[in-house]
Amino acid sequence: MTDLYVWVVLAPLIGSVIAGVFGKSIGRAGAHWACILGVGVSTLISGAAFGHIVLEGGAAFESTLYHWGRVGDLTLEIGFLVDPLSATMMFVVSFVSLMVHIYTIGYMRDDPGYQRFFSYIALFTFAMLMLCMSNNFLQLFFGWEAVGVVSYLLIGFWFQRESAIRANLKAFLVNRIGDLGFLLGVAAVLFYFGTLRYSEVFELAPSLQGATLSIFPGADWSVASLICILLFMGAMGKSAQFPLHVWLPDSMEGPTPISALIHAATMVTAGIFMVARMSPLFEQSETALSVVLVVGAITALFMGLLGLVQNDIKRVVAYSTLSQLGYMAVALGASAYAAAIFHLVTHAFFKALLFLAAGSVIIALHHNQDMRSMGGLRKYMPVTWITSLLGSLALIGFPGFAGFFSKDAIIEAVHLSEVPGHDFAYWCVVIGVFVTALYSFRLYFLVFHGKERMDEHAREHLHESPWVVTVPLVLLAIPSVLIGWIGIEPMLFGDHFGDSLFVLSEHDVLARLGDSYRGEAAFIGHAFATPPLYLALAGVACAWYFYMVRPDLPALCARRLAPVHSVLVHKYGFDLLYEEVLARIGRGLGSLFWRIGDRILIDGMLVNGSARVVGWFSSLIRQLQTGFLYTYAFAMIIGLVALMSLFVFLRMQGHS
Amino acid sequence: MPFVTPEFLPALPEILLAVMACLVLLVDLYFGRRHPSWVFLLAQASLVLCALLCIALYPEEPTTTFNGTFRSDGMSAVLKVFMILVTYFVLFYSKFYLDVRDLFKGEYFVLSLFAVLGMMILVSAASLLTLYLGLELMALCLYALVALNRESSMASEAAMKYFVLGALASGTLLYGMSLLYGVTGSLELDRIREYQSVGGEIDIILVLGLVFIVVGVAFKLGAAPFHMWVPDVYEGAPTSVTLFVGTAPKIAAFGMLMRLLVDGLAGVQGDWIEMLTILSVLSMAVGNIIAIAQTNLKRMLAYSTIAHVGFLLLGIIAGTRAGYAASMFYVIVYALMGLGAFGMIIVLGSKGFESDRLDDFRGLNERSPWLAFLVLVLMLSMAGVPPFVGFWAKWSVLREVVAADQVWLATVAVVLAVIGLFYYLRVVRLVYFEEGQEAAPLVCGTDVKVMISTNALAILALGVYPSALLALCVTALG
Amino acid sequence: MLSLPHFLGLGAILFCLSVAGIFLNRKNVIILLMAIELLLLSVNMNFIAFSHFHGDLAGQIFVFFILTVAAAEAAIGLAILVVLFRSRQTINVDDLNTMKG
Repeated sequence: MTDLYVWVVLAPLIGSVIAGVFGKSIGRAGAHWACILGVGVSTLISGAAFGHIVLEGGAAFESTLYHWGRVGDLTLEIGFLVDPLSATMMFVVSFVSLMVHIYTIGYMRDDPGYQRFFSYIALFTFAMLMLCMSNNFLQLFFGWEAVGVVSYLLIGFWFQRESAIRANLKAFLVNRIGDLGFLLGVAAVLFYFGTLRYSEVFELAPSLQGATLSIFPGADWSVASLICILLFMGAMGKSAQFPLHVWLPDSMEGPTPISALIHAATMVTAGIFMVARMSPLFEQSETALSVVLVVGAITALFMGLLGLVQNDIKRVVAYSTLSQLGYMAVALGASAYAAAIFHLVTHAFFKALLFLAAGSVIIALHHNQDMRSMGGLRKYMPVTWITSLLGSLALIGFPGFAGFFSKDAIIEAVHLSEVPGHDFAYWCVVIGVFVTALYSFRLYFLVFHGKERMDEHAREHLHESPWVVTVPLVLLAIPSVLIGWIGIEPMLFGDHFGDSLFVLSEHDVLARLGDSYRGEAAFIGHAFATPPLYLALAGVACAWYFYMVRPDLPALCARRLAPVHSVLVHKYGFDLLYEEVLARIGRGLGSLFWRIGDRILIDGMLVNGSARVVGWFSSLIRQLQTGFLYTYAFAMIIGLVALMSLFVFLRMQGHS
Repeated sequence: MPFVTPEFLPALPEILLAVMACLVLLVDLYFGRRHPSWVFLLAQASLVLCALLCIALYPEEPTTTFNGTFRSDGMSAVLKVFMILVTYFVLFYSKFYLDVRDLFKGEYFVLSLFAVLGMMILVSAASLLTLYLGLELMALCLYALVALNRESSMASEAAMKYFVLGALASGTLLYGMSLLYGVTGSLELDRIREYQSVGGEIDIILVLGLVFIVVGVAFKLGAAPFHMWVPDVYEGAPTSVTLFVGTAPKIAAFGMLMRLLVDGLAGVQGDWIEMLTILSVLSMAVGNIIAIAQTNLKRMLAYSTIAHVGFLLLGIIAGTRAGYAASMFYVIVYALMGLGAFGMIIVLGSKGFESDRLDDFRGLNERSPWLAFLVLVLMLSMAGVPPFVGFWAKWSVLREVVAADQVWLATVAVVLAVIGLFYYLRVVRLVYFEEGQEAAPLVCGTDVKVMISTNALAILALGVYPSALLALCVTALG
Repeated sequence: MLSLPHFLGLGAILFCLSVAGIFLNRKNVIILLMAIELLLLSVNMNFIAFSHFHGDLAGQIFVFFILTVAAAEAAIGLAILVVLFRSRQTINVDDLNTMKG
């Protein structure tokens, strides 16, 4: 089995290396075939693993592949843990990645960095799979950083663009903050448990109950809370939770397939996956759960609101992603880990679909992303239109579509939760449903219906995208519609996840929800008796009225509600806060330290000083090497005599 | 005294190589003009055969034959296989180097084969006599190889320096041997060791002999202050010969050190540990510091070799089985890295152009990203940056030194290694961040490129999976 | 009557002479070759003396090997000398310093 699983990660890596190193000699077709074959192999094996472990209920697989080294008592090793949770992730990641690879052939057709791009996305797939399949914190951290690195490379893929470089830098900096927390969390785990292997850590997790540590005298902190909040900081960075969310909308500067693959379907969900994986730790700390719940709720509602005022098609989808990630975090905070992963899976499919559809529109309009110059694309691009409609319905949680099942489950779970902050979270997610419907259908109506606002030149060239673009759309649309039906029962209420997720019985909201669960149809029926469905429909209706019936209203509202609108356009001022205040303070402090500490002390005296001393010393003692034979012989004799006197003559004197 | 036929089996690889080397000489004599590549192919075939034979005859128990003068044990077998492997690569690069410069001659391969034979005898020596003969066979072939390019005045100067100093060193070694013989009355290393274990009080003459022997071995390794031939010979010799001198003989010298000090002079371990400590610190300091001021890559690598020898000695200074194994790991890893680094100079060179100045590496990334990447791997590995194997080599010897309670020595070593980082990273900077001048086009063929890639990737792979080689070293030392 | 220390003393003196010859001589490379021969002779003297006083033949056999190797060494040394002279037209030790530092 080990051999087989190794190929899940190796195959994309090999593809990436081939495309990256031999890109020039094997040409474009060679590069994309190498990567697609690699990822295809991963998808096949992941599918088989999913079938074996989840569907047939086979035993979870854990094995250490090899020991890399040993530092003290700590073994650094690479190992795989394939249980229902990671098998689910593996399958989703490799499948979405495969779709994106195929789509990229069409999207990047004219780009000069074609081979480089394929090399990057295959490398990303490798790193993401390493992260998911890890059985220890070290490898998790490796995958965590590796997906980050590839993500930066890809955001800055068009490095000639000034904005791409800035976005790249922003993503990098914001993620560093999260990673710092994550690293401290891993260090704390190592400190308290003395091991980095999941199985051993989780076994010891209950021992944390009641353990405290005092960082400042007088203030005792629960160790479990500390570890979990630190780890969650990492998740906040990677999964773009409030207030570290600012990088994700800017990351839309990267090519669209990347937005779909990394910034919607896979990498940003790494944080969610990580928290679910750490459920035995998080269950030990109600405080940490509460933090996760509240942060998630804020992200879910307030990021959704921002989507209402954006005009860039990709940015709308990006804010929608933020909001949905918030939903997942809320589910985690309510201890409904299974619901979070369920939403992660459905979201991966419909959000990748929405991004790729947006990309398809962008190609058709020659890389124009402004929704104000779109409209009426329905008749030019029928496949994109239908699949977008399906994706949007899934996103707003229209009964029967994938998003409906996962989102309703989350709302119900929060409703039942008793973690501090659950009331606030409940209202956030319920109002969030209305907002989601509003911005989704705002986008839909602006792009596919109404007046054709593009210029003449663009209109003439409008046509449906090639098959390499539409086939992935269709293939992603199918699960976007169906996966909810199939998934809800086993994933939420069955034993899909086996014992890979751990929930204390007093937190187990899903079990309580399961008591009243009477099948998919009844679940839909039940929805008619709760507010979210009507809120979603109201959102769609509002969008229809505002953008189809009275297109002048939005501008009017913006004028009447100018303060609100301005707050939203400025994204609550976070960018301003970070750039103007925090960054300025940071820069000021930094340059102060740099001037005093670095330039004078370290550079001046230690580094440059010692480098100068060593260099001077070096040029001095190289004079000893005169080039004359007799000097060389003389040095040998000196050495001989010195050794002789040290070890023989001195000792003889000592004896006598 | 009745004549007993000695057991030939343990020495079969050496016998085979001797026969094959003579055969290559004959083939060169009769067919060398018309089919120069036959000599090369035959030489390579003999090396492969010999290596296979070494593996097939891997001795479970140490066996001694030829009247107590020849020993075959785990260490000798492993060292032999790696020396042959390294030489195999060397000859491959050499063929390219010689072809391009119209220096292709049969003698080159014959001399290389005889040198390998010398090294094999050296690491299998169980008596001072065999050790001396193996050493001289190796050394004489190397002197001749350095002088191979008769047109080059640098090469002949290097050969002369190498020869005179080498003769001085082997004279010193011999003098030490004569003193050992005088004290113990025997040439066999086992007898010499037994003498010390019975003797009780250690004869001061024995320590005097030890000093001479340490000097001789230190010269062969190139440890300071007996290192001065190293930079000149590395710079002056044709690069393919530098490649050879810098790799396989280092493994052999390690074998010699083990035979003489560990097998033969275990009774005065305390003394030679102190001597080697001095040599090791001096080597690391001299090598790392002077390397910074170099502008010629071959010379820089020569000083880096001296520094590496200092590190290699650390494991032996630890004075334990695990320490010896760490040193053995280090020397094998060093040989592989040196092979790649000098091989890279050969790969980048062309007719009438050596590519051995640091400036020739400027902007390599623009000419060939792949080769630039390989340079990066090689340099970082030499500098001891994880995850390359050079890191594990340094790590394992340092661990043994610390385990032997010599923390100060480990600290000194780490500080000097950090200084060493500077000049390795300078090469990387040249390759990636500096503008290239107009440079000669790369002429190397696919076969050489495959060789150098294999070489560098092996370093990468060993870095990711170092335990197998380390375990091999531990079992080989028993 | 000559005893072992006399022979050893002679060997040591020869050794020192040859070593001095190597690092004091700045003129002719041929003198270096002669000094190297002398070095090997001093070792031979030691071996033969020890061999005689131990009553053990191995030392004398070693001497035969050293003599043989010395012959080979001289041959190689002279060959390098010829190459050196052909490329530089000089065998002055003082001129051998193109590589240094």
